[in-house]
Amino acid sequence: MADVSLENVSKSFGKTVAVDDITMDISDGSFVVLLGPTGAGKTTTLRLISGLEKLDGGRIHIAGRDVGVETPAQRDVAMVFQQYSLYPHLTVRDNLAFPLRSPILKTPEDQIAKRVKQIAEVLQIPHKLDNKATELSGGEMQRVSIGRALVRDPAIYLMDEPLSSLDAKLRADLRVELKRIHADLGSTLLYVTHDQIEAMTMASHVGVLEEGRLVQYGTPKEIYEDPSSVYVASRLGLPRINILPASLFPGSHKAPQIGLRPENIRQGDGIDATVVRAEHLGDQTRLHLELQGHAITTLTDPHTEYEPNETIKITPENPLYFDASGARIV
Amino acid sequence: MAEIVIKNVRKEFGDFVAVKESSFTIEDGEFFMLLGPSGCGKTTTLRMIAGLELPTSGEIYLDGEEISQRPPSERDIAFVFQMFALYPHMNVRGNISYPLKSQGMPRAAIKEKVAEVSKILGIEDILDRPVGGLSGGDRQRVALGRAIVREPKAFMMDEPLGALDAEFREHMAEELRALHDRMGATTVYVTHDQLEAMQMGDKIVVMNNAVVEQFGTPQEIYDKPATMFVADFIGSPSMNFLPFHGQVGRDATEVSLHGAHFHIPHTREPFEGDMALGVRPEHIQLSDSAPYRAKVLAAEYLGTTQIVTLKTADGEVKARIPSHKTVTAGETLGLEFDAATITLFDRQTGRALKSELNEGVLHG
Repeated sequence: MADVSLENVSKSFGKTVAVDDITMDISDGSFVVLLGPTGAGKTTTLRLISGLEKLDGGRIHIAGRDVGVETPAQRDVAMVFQQYSLYPHLTVRDNLAFPLRSPILKTPEDQIAKRVKQIAEVLQIPHKLDNKATELSGGEMQRVSIGRALVRDPAIYLMDEPLSSLDAKLRADLRVELKRIHADLGSTLLYVTHDQIEAMTMASHVGVLEEGRLVQYGTPKEIYEDPSSVYVASRLGLPRINILPASLFPGSHKAPQIGLRPENIRQGDGIDATVVRAEHLGDQTRLHLELQGHAITTLTDPHTEYEPNETIKITPENPLYFDASGARIV
Repeated sequence: MAEIVIKNVRKEFGDFVAVKESSFTIEDGEFFMLLGPSGCGKTTTLRMIAGLELPTSGEIYLDGEEISQRPPSERDIAFVFQMFALYPHMNVRGNISYPLKSQGMPRAAIKEKVAEVSKILGIEDILDRPVGGLSGGDRQRVALGRAIVREPKAFMMDEPLGALDAEFREHMAEELRALHDRMGATTVYVTHDQLEAMQMGDKIVVMNNAVVEQFGTPQEIYDKPATMFVADFIGSPSMNFLPFHGQVGRDATEVSLHGAHFHIPHTREPFEGDMALGVRPEHIQLSDSAPYRAKVLAAEYLGTTQIVTLKTADGEVKARIPSHKTVTAGETLGLEFDAATITLFDRQTGRALKSELNEGVLHG
């Protein structure tokens, strides 16, 4: 395990700038999540670190070593891809052992057996070791493919949306498991996703990417509570933060835009808003409101009934303010 | 406008029973969800309403008229498929007007109708574009336009958002629901996504293994699940089940697990045997002193709330608590439950035991 650092890293494909001057430190033992929509540069950043893409500019250090000219194999990284790729004719045991049997590593068989057993236990699949890969469920296959990266002890694990092809329940289980595995192994992990739940629940640090640039880097709590822009504020939080003209609310800050998370709208006093629809999600009810032509979403008690067109009073509580370009002011 | 009544409908494919005797009513103007895991019979049910499959037995009524054995063309129902099949050689206008042309509607009337529909969908500015270059969202709007333009009595939709990515899906779900609110047409919608069903539906039918497990409003199904399957399928994280063996009387008010007593809603039926105490994550409080002990395994930050995974003597439990409370992995705490929200289940059959909480909802 090791520190990984990116210094002014850039990469273009033709005229498209995929990664634009990213500087970032991934400290030893941390779980860093790169978050952003499709095309933000997440996967390219990962591929630059692994050596699958060549840098246009900047430097990457792994354990203090400039890896710019090294091949992927020399960099000592382990990658997990979105689609699990197992050898279908091999057992789970042989799939897990495969990376260790690589001629470069020359690991003795008794050590391989020990490591495979250890990882199988971490992944909670020791009873499946003698099954063929094809006899596994989707979740088990993805666990094995994560396991194939984990059997090695690389400087850093690089994971590219490893959970995105799984169904919701399994994803929730594996989120907890990955976090536990990370804690157990004390490994350094860089994880790419567009799923904000994964970013918030697993990361020690989140890097938010926008069009190839790293626009904020911090703990999930810092990013949620103290976002640097409208873009960042909109990445975390469900339902999404409401961005409105600040002038809608009398007496608020003179900034052009006000940002109100659904939980930062108090009901009972303030200005009139019209109920459009209440969505009962069970544990919470989302209330869709209209305020002078602007749509607002807030949360309310699951057992309160609202009729469409009913008028309620709302007032901002701990709002965020942004300038016209979307940069945070207060 | 249509009310759809499903009465004892059953469907067999050879030896395989896709849908067992099912009955429910879809009221006029409802946005109605058929929800369940793959293979549960929800799509077959939808296809029977549309006439793409004929029931083996039972009846389907559309506005009081029996239509069970009629071909799709005589049902006046529009079907929107998972993949939006558009005519690639026609432009947007051509695609939307096609169903009217084939009905022989006069050209001027078609023009007026297409203008009206494209206004509802917000696609007036792309009417003359070829469909090939459209974004996913616009393709979906065109496909919807083609269904709406006929003004059918009802819409059938089979996972229309299934192929979209999460962010766009959320957006289209809101748009679909808003469209429904403007038009007020009865819509039957198939999905395996419980959040989508809760978000968009006026009513939900939950199916599993060819059987209707429960039928009701989203909040009812969430608060008063009829079976362990429903309790587990709805909600994220799903309901916690703490297994125990014992007996409850006709009017019991508490149960005990490993010596800790928990208040429950008054029971309405006696039971003896293997049970499970069902409690939702947000109905669990962590306290230092409560006698039912649990060890913290993990905490997941979610903004305003966090999900805490704990290990109890009866298995793992997930609790949803405010994120400003600090919990540390490894520490041992006590658990308290909101008594009024607890459901007891018969673990053998998965059925919820009747109580003052759910007696209005459960039948039979």
